[in-house]
Amino acid sequence: MSRKDIAVGVIIAVAIAFFLSPLASSWPDGLEKVAHDHGFIVKGEQGSVFKSPIPDYIFPGLKNEKMATAISGLLGTLVIFGIGYGLASLLKKNKDCR
Amino acid sequence: MHIPDGFLTANTWAPAWVISTGTIGYCLKKTAGLLKDRMVPLMGIMSAFIFAAQMINFPVIGGTSGHLLGGVLAAVLLGPYAGAVVLTCVLIFQCLIFQDGGLLALGANIFNMAIIGTIGGYIMFNLVNKIMGNKKGLQIGAAVAAWFSVVLAAVFCALELAISGTSPLLIVLPAMAGIHALIGVGEALITAAVLSFIQKVRPDLIYGLAGKMD
Repeated sequence: MSRKDIAVGVIIAVAIAFFLSPLASSWPDGLEKVAHDHGFIVKGEQGSVFKSPIPDYIFPGLKNEKMATAISGLLGTLVIFGIGYGLASLLKKNKDCR
Repeated sequence: MHIPDGFLTANTWAPAWVISTGTIGYCLKKTAGLLKDRMVPLMGIMSAFIFAAQMINFPVIGGTSGHLLGGVLAAVLLGPYAGAVVLTCVLIFQCLIFQDGGLLALGANIFNMAIIGTIGGYIMFNLVNKIMGNKKGLQIGAAVAAWFSVVLAAVFCALELAISGTSPLLIVLPAMAGIHALIGVGEALITAAVLSFIQKVRPDLIYGLAGKMD
């Protein structure tokens, strides 16, 4: 893949995360809905064993919640691109060394 | 269907961690063996795309939403092993940074979505692809497999909830399978649409089209 191909791929992903995430449906997802309908949703509300830095994709310190979601989407997409690319590079290097 | 902490008991999440760690370890080894140069950036792009797409909940019937799982899409583009690795990266990232899916439940979430939804989905894709022939079978095979991948992941999720005593199997299984049969339609449409687009612009990038990447 050329640099241009990679850039196009990343831009598409970032655009989806930034522009569409604030428009996403806030209805419960399938599991949440089932948990709610069948009375076990409370079991998931007792708090996790640890606290994530950006719970529910709402970037801290921003007043506008939609913007906070869009920023989380933008940054998250860039970081996970780096993680995926980095891991693949490591695996490739590992293979070439052997 | 990211399971939060609290839904599963240790008799479920602990074995799920063991099975998922072993399976993904094997997938990492297989990926390292099969990895071609052009797959390296594609693994980054697919991680980014699936993370982004999983943020976009679309409404389905009755006040419920769903989002792309992306397992079949990743597996058709990258092969089942690298696909499972990509899904696992996304799930770990979502859990640690965004509290999306529990930490204790992470093994189960990896099992349902990265293993059943991705590798299971790829097996289904291959099956349909063989029957339909390579080119025609790509979209149809991917769409059918995408639907099954979501429903199967939901079935396993329901089994885990039942084993944990969170909800009786006869209630949670039809409920989970039923709602995800609808969400799966969205998965099928998005998967087929994205693959059609890639097939048009860069067919050489599709693992499932060539059979293998050179």
